[in-house]
Amino acid sequence: MRLAQRSLDNSMDTETIISAENLAGGYGTKTVFANAEFSIEQGEFVAVLGPNGAGKTTLFGLLLGLAQPHKGSLSIFGEPPRHGNPRIGYVPQRHPIDAQIRIEALQLVRLGIDGNRWGIGWGNKGTEKALAALKAVGGEDLAHRPLGSLSGGELKRIFLAEALVSDPDLLLLDEPLANLDIHRESNFVRLINNIVRSCGVTALLIAHDINPLLTVLDRVLYVANGRITSGKPSEILNSKALTELYGMPVEVVKDSQGRVAVVGMEGPVQHHE
Amino acid sequence: MNSVTFSLNIASDLASMWQYDFMRHAFEAGTVVAVVAGVIGYFIILRRSSFAAHALSHIGFAGAAGAVLLGLSPLLGLLVFTCGAGFAMATLGRKISDRDVQIGTVLAFMLGLGVLFISLYSGYATEAYSLLFGEILGISSTDVLVTLIAGFLLLIVVAIIYRPLLFVSLDEDVAEAKGIPTYWIGVVFMLLIAIATSIAVQVVGVLLIFALMVTPAAVAQQIASRPAEGIIFSVLIALLATWFGLFISFYLPYPVSFFITSVTFAVYVAIRSLKIGYDS
Repeated sequence: MRLAQRSLDNSMDTETIISAENLAGGYGTKTVFANAEFSIEQGEFVAVLGPNGAGKTTLFGLLLGLAQPHKGSLSIFGEPPRHGNPRIGYVPQRHPIDAQIRIEALQLVRLGIDGNRWGIGWGNKGTEKALAALKAVGGEDLAHRPLGSLSGGELKRIFLAEALVSDPDLLLLDEPLANLDIHRESNFVRLINNIVRSCGVTALLIAHDINPLLTVLDRVLYVANGRITSGKPSEILNSKALTELYGMPVEVVKDSQGRVAVVGMEGPVQHHE
Repeated sequence: MNSVTFSLNIASDLASMWQYDFMRHAFEAGTVVAVVAGVIGYFIILRRSSFAAHALSHIGFAGAAGAVLLGLSPLLGLLVFTCGAGFAMATLGRKISDRDVQIGTVLAFMLGLGVLFISLYSGYATEAYSLLFGEILGISSTDVLVTLIAGFLLLIVVAIIYRPLLFVSLDEDVAEAKGIPTYWIGVVFMLLIAIATSIAVQVVGVLLIFALMVTPAAVAQQIASRPAEGIIFSVLIALLATWFGLFISFYLPYPVSFFITSVTFAVYVAIRSLKIGYDS
């Protein structure tokens, strides 16, 4: 119902946030995907799926302006990607925090507002905004806790708040669901979905397991076999589409509750454990 | 020094100390060094680069000894060698801690080179001693001025890069995505460590550099929840240790470095045991 409602909305305001034409990208001189054509509309919740090393994080690097396309063009908010674009909020994959660090979580979230400006930044202007961002991720209790003492799940909330505090139009989340148990995983998906729906933010989320996301996704970007394929989850996650994408027999199996597993390829897109 | 006796009136004690040029110079240079070491030390702890500070001070020893041999100011030699080495370390690899064997090899050679330079110089024992363990009571008025200028410039640079430096230290990937030139922040910070180390060597020497550059900041890190508070605590502990050390050494015939390291060590042990008691 809600999905139907949303796709109607999307057809009405069709601001394209990201579009790729004939895009090729990789690391160093090695190209990992080529001929990618896709576009992402405002307010879409997009899962980026695919085996390890296929180029999911590389795609984020291109969007962040940290790397240049090997070929083709990529545009974001109607212009080429640029380093330090303030309209993007980014949560990277590995995000180590030293257990010795006693600095409170609020201070890290505040850096999300003005940490890239020069100078000392006197005053407490950012505090209220940072507290509001923490509240939005259900982390207001964590504001004054030392960063080094937080659990993995709590840190994920802090990092999300750090990304949200600058009011981005686009969220790039690199494997935010890794190392969460099933309950925390579904809570976190619900949290991100609420933010996407209530703030009109567009979110790209790299994941290994599509299942916790199935009910909330608008689109899937499938990065595999040197290509990127874009479409609705049902268009991509079926045996025919994936077989064509991989150029070898691939089967998508559904269980009684509609959860999917992709079988018959190396580094499968995951199923529930 | 024995001509003056200690009284309970600290102000008159200080006034009588400051009649001597060498004491005034020591207090001036010591204060600048304590402030600088406290500030830089906070970021050294946050970035886990205490090994770099340690390495740079040892490399500086060769520079200082070479300068002595050439009849130049040891401070000049320190600055040239530590800045050169700091720049090299920053450009060779961001994760300096992963290169501890290479750095260890280079710094052992540098210490050896320093020993050679010192032995070629006639005043072998005293020069080596003051470089290794500090000799703040022998600091010249020129060196005070150089220290003051270097310290002032250093604090200005820290103020300029404060937020990006903090951001990169806590969360490098996001900071980079936000457009912060993380590589150059790393290079500039390594040069700041080099300068801070050079001026701190005058007070505590090459071997005791941890006492001012690392220990006060490590204590501050344990008790502060905000970076600004941490920096203030770190500076206060370094100042307390330096002033107390200078004050005591005026009355007792033992090295200043001993008193400075004792104060920072005592504060460290006290806070650690309080923390352990508090946490359990």
